[in-house]
Amino acid sequence: MLLLVLKRILLGFITLFIVSLITFSGVEVLPGDACTTYLEREAYGAALEACYERLGLNTPAHERYISWAAGVLQGDFGYSLSGEMRINDVLGPRVKNSMVLASASILIGIPIALLLGIITALWRDKLPDIIISTVTIFSMTIPEFISATLLILIVAIWLEWLPGIVIVPTGASISELLPNIILPVIAISMIMTAHMARMVRSSVIQVMASDYVQMAILKGVPYWKMVFKHVLPNALLPAINVVALTIAWLLGGVVVTEVVFNYPGLGRLVIESISNRDLPVVQALAIILASIYVSINLIADLMTLMLNPRLKSLQIKK
Amino acid sequence: MDSAVQTINNLTIGFTSQKGERISILKNISTTIKKGETVGIVGESGSGKSTLALAMMGYVKHGLYTISGECIFHSNNLLGMQNKELENIRGRKIAMIPQNAGQSLTPNLKIGYQIDEALRLHTDLKKEDRDKKISELLNKVRLPSPEIMAQRYPHELSGGQQQRVAVAMALAGNPELLLLDEPTTGLDVTTQAHVLELLNFIAKDTGTSMVYVSHDLGAIAQVSDRVIVMYSGEIVLDGPVRSILKNPIHPYTFGLLKSIPKLTSPGLPDSMSGSQPQPGTVKLGCSFYERCNLAEDKCKTNSPDLEFIENLNTSVRCFKYEDLIDFKETKSDNVKSTNNNILDNEILDISKVSISYAKQKFLEQLFNKIDDTNPTVQDINININKGETLALVGESGSGKSTILKSIAGLLKTKDGIIKFDKDKVLSNDLKTRDPGFLRAIQLIFQNPDESLNPNHTVEEIVSQPLRLYFGLKGDELKQKIIEVLEKVRLGEFYLTRYPRQLSGGEKQRVAVARAFAAKPDIILCDEVTSALDVSVQAAVLNLLQELKEDFGTTYIFVSHDLAVVRAISDRVAVLYQGRLCEIGPSKNVYQLPSHPYTEVLLGAVLEPDPDVKPKLVAEDIVEEKPPEQGCSFQGRCPRILGDICKNVVPPWQIGENGNSIRCHIKVEDLKKQQNVN
Repeated sequence: MLLLVLKRILLGFITLFIVSLITFSGVEVLPGDACTTYLEREAYGAALEACYERLGLNTPAHERYISWAAGVLQGDFGYSLSGEMRINDVLGPRVKNSMVLASASILIGIPIALLLGIITALWRDKLPDIIISTVTIFSMTIPEFISATLLILIVAIWLEWLPGIVIVPTGASISELLPNIILPVIAISMIMTAHMARMVRSSVIQVMASDYVQMAILKGVPYWKMVFKHVLPNALLPAINVVALTIAWLLGGVVVTEVVFNYPGLGRLVIESISNRDLPVVQALAIILASIYVSINLIADLMTLMLNPRLKSLQIKK
Repeated sequence: MDSAVQTINNLTIGFTSQKGERISILKNISTTIKKGETVGIVGESGSGKSTLALAMMGYVKHGLYTISGECIFHSNNLLGMQNKELENIRGRKIAMIPQNAGQSLTPNLKIGYQIDEALRLHTDLKKEDRDKKISELLNKVRLPSPEIMAQRYPHELSGGQQQRVAVAMALAGNPELLLLDEPTTGLDVTTQAHVLELLNFIAKDTGTSMVYVSHDLGAIAQVSDRVIVMYSGEIVLDGPVRSILKNPIHPYTFGLLKSIPKLTSPGLPDSMSGSQPQPGTVKLGCSFYERCNLAEDKCKTNSPDLEFIENLNTSVRCFKYEDLIDFKETKSDNVKSTNNNILDNEILDISKVSISYAKQKFLEQLFNKIDDTNPTVQDINININKGETLALVGESGSGKSTILKSIAGLLKTKDGIIKFDKDKVLSNDLKTRDPGFLRAIQLIFQNPDESLNPNHTVEEIVSQPLRLYFGLKGDELKQKIIEVLEKVRLGEFYLTRYPRQLSGGEKQRVAVARAFAAKPDIILCDEVTSALDVSVQAAVLNLLQELKEDFGTTYIFVSHDLAVVRAISDRVAVLYQGRLCEIGPSKNVYQLPSHPYTEVLLGAVLEPDPDVKPKLVAEDIVEEKPPEQGCSFQGRCPRILGDICKNVVPPWQIGENGNSIRCHIKVEDLKKQQNVN
């Protein structure tokens, strides 16, 4: 078991290494570099040389990769171009903001999704299922930029209950952020919850039709006991991976929603740094997003392993 | 003794079709289960027997509903009860032992918990007493070391053990009535015989009434006092086990019994034409009319009633049953001997073949080597002549399908050479194998539902080998497809059909047609009849035999069913744990002396005759892998000699009948010992 965990962690690092190579060389082969972007029209002669000197761009590519990678390993992403800030200082608050938004959506969305999925499955083809399923399919099909805009129109503009866009500074504290994230969280949860509820529904229905559930009924197990002991543990196991992917997607910044609501999270930073051609920041973001995906999936796989007795004993045997 | 445990009155269960028609799965069933009685319900798939068993617990599957009738248990109608009331009856008064215990035990809960759950629900025992009871129950179903067993998860047990756990769970509430839905289907022959013996013991020991649902007349014969035969949702015959199986007075039962291959009479069994009608298709007359040899005009328009015949104590649903009462079967009727034209011309030479499922390590992959001292299949030497039918027999895990896959090129061999047509070496790897050889060796799989592409029509399925190997096109192709389909008795009418529109037997015929379209020299048949109903099985076996006689094809026939093998093969190879035990002409393999494993297998075969009991000579332990050294069968051998069997691989000995036996015991001694029993 431990060996397997170590193996998976090593594999994760290899993935990250490959991602870092790809982003680094991607940035390398693009025409232009940090200095030409920064200096714009003055990018020639002594000024350019001086810039190269200052940013260390006149050394060979592999040396720069190694020094950059060494920095990343120590948690230092170097300097951004715009404003010449340390990237760590740029990223820090953004990561925090995205975490706040993601955790709020997870805390609200996932329990609702599980609940709706289970309700629709247990009352399959009955009134609760028909109503909830219609609503979830409806909210699944509306793109988030439309639902977000509609939310702003109704809640912020017509009803004037909540601010329409987020106008707090990037480094705002959590208590300052909270009233601002209500609308973005609703917009995100609508799509996320709908997807997950559908998945949970079909998974529960599949387990309800299994021989062992029929057996439990014929054994005289009371209905709710059967649901909690025999159905849900088996039905929710496959949901773990979907939940993990959703969490990774949320942490990586929900680009569209963040842009619509002007939310200072990672997603908006991605858009901004790409349009500013702030290549060091893009590089740093790529690595961070990749590590979020890798680690969350790792956790999900390990959880599945631990909860599924079949897989667990398989691994022990080996 | 005569008091009824459950009475079923005029029960009709059905569903509403998409067209809004009400279609019955069970039609007007009335019967009574008496106290202490074991009733066998027999029928082929789709006869409604499982639906009936479930209804006896007040359970109707999703989509079905009770149209009329009642199931009376202690003067209450189970089908009219609320779930709350049913929870107190299910598992306590009436318990179910399911068909596939492996899928009927909840995967995330330990065995002990699942039995404890039944005890908690249905008894007032305290925790310590329940723990004791769990051990007691596991002991009763003869599972070794109950305390350890209780801590296991379902998937950690073998099929036979899972089935025993299901029995233990059903006994937890001390039920008055035990319903068994195909409890031994899917188990190995020796395991099946042991489980049946256990059930018989429990019936005697506890006095519980049992309802035993099965398609297998052999199993029914071993356990039942009374047999109910179902056809197309109706009871067609109901009476004491001996009179039903020895003198069946309904033409369906008569035909069914004749279509079962038997160890005692070699040759192919008679087949019944056609298949059971789909629910809702027979509107008028007797539902067996289409397949009945005795049918007359009256049967087409009038449905016979279930009529009780006093002196036979039997109820029958047939106008013509009197014709069958005094029917005496002449022995030669049942024997259709195979008559294969075996040429003295070696078509396949399997020499020293070993196959390993071990995962290659990185270095081994580089050198394309497998390092496994104890491979799944080892040291197989078999020569097959042109026109011969060779059968590979053994229980699950014996490596019989593995060998087929290697011959087909689907699985690489570890060592050894397979030669085709005397001197042409077959490449180990499918990709480098000559296309001519690919055409020459065709496979027919066990389950046509999985081997036929559900999105292809019959025409497309059969056309593939014709286009691939012979490059046929247009009208020529179509002509050829029709020709091939006619060979397997399917008309032009089937061309546009999809597999889902065909019956099980028809699907397997399409698979046979696809194999024959390639004009192969060898056809590998992997359990081709085990997914089929008995009457259909006989038809497919007869078809395979006819085609073989027409085309001179060589068959390698893999099966776990010794009676089927007896019927169709010229030569039999018995395998245990991937090692050959015995090989020889089939009539000799079925005679003494036998390898101890063959003896165990033959002893466990169930004949559809209540007076022929299986002989249980070895424990039904399941071995996960072959022993590192010595004889492969040492772990279960009832005649084990001692250290020599554990350390030395036994030598081949030639018996007086010409069959080779791999055993340390001298053939003469084997014969003496086996004649005693």
